[in-house]
Amino acid sequence: MKAKVYVTLKKGVLDPQGRAVMGALKSMDFGEVKDVRVGKYMELELDGASKEVEEKRLREMCEKLLANTVVENYRIEIE
Amino acid sequence: MKFGVIVFPGSNCDHDCYHVVKHVFKQEAEYVWHKSTDLKGFDCVILPGGFSYGDYLRTGAIASSSPVMGEVVSFAKKGGLVLGICNGFQILTEAGLLPGVLMRNRGLKFICSRVNLRVENVSSPFTRDYKPGQVVDIPIAHADGNYYAGPDTIKQLEDAGRVAFRYSSAEGAVNDGANPNGSLNNIAGILNEAGNVLGMMPHPERACEGELGPLDGRGVFESVIGSILK
Repeated sequence: MKAKVYVTLKKGVLDPQGRAVMGALKSMDFGEVKDVRVGKYMELELDGASKEVEEKRLREMCEKLLANTVVENYRIEIE
Repeated sequence: MKFGVIVFPGSNCDHDCYHVVKHVFKQEAEYVWHKSTDLKGFDCVILPGGFSYGDYLRTGAIASSSPVMGEVVSFAKKGGLVLGICNGFQILTEAGLLPGVLMRNRGLKFICSRVNLRVENVSSPFTRDYKPGQVVDIPIAHADGNYYAGPDTIKQLEDAGRVAFRYSSAEGAVNDGANPNGSLNNIAGILNEAGNVLGMMPHPERACEGELGPLDGRGVFESVIGSILK
């Protein structure tokens, strides 16, 4: 089983990295860019029993390690 | 009294901390490898600065699940003194012993510099030797020191006087010009609710010997030693 985990900064949390990327894009004449937020994307290979069980366990992984829920949101996709 | 200095893969201020408590303050000290689960006999545990696990995922995130951290949490719950410096502070927030998170500096750069801090709380075992409002000169060296927490958490910290140090001017003015990294309310160090866990981004162990510059970090170690030896 394969899972994809997307970790993104919550709204309102300053993202200096995203801002720097936006600045670079603008300086390259991509003036239409209004905002950039940099996040993380992870691929996990799982030896799981069922999609339901693994979805629950993936949430636990996100809460405990993969995301810091003080400032980040996460989204899980299971294939 | 006896200090334990936790060593994670990638810690790089462990020797500085050990040297200061052992040779400058003449106390017992021992390194504790992160796989150990025994903190018996220690009065104060230091989580030193560095780049544990190469800062992978998030600073301090992987170290916070090291075997020793479960023991650090129970040591703290029993009232043991825990001091997290720089990466140690980041690990304490990731482990849930302190609230909030240390994000990338707002200027995106690693900053290695001497800064002024205003001491905000002098009743903790880590700060009792300082005077209220005293301005101290202690260096910082970090890329991720930008303290952030939700408004409720910030209010709780402020209302309970749990901000131990704030970035300030040499005169003690707390303003944006004195804020090196974008930390909310210029926060440089905070205490847990019980007051026996301190996390701070500045490095007091680098400000304990005249040959190296300022001596203002001594107060942290003198406070700890004084509070244990009464």
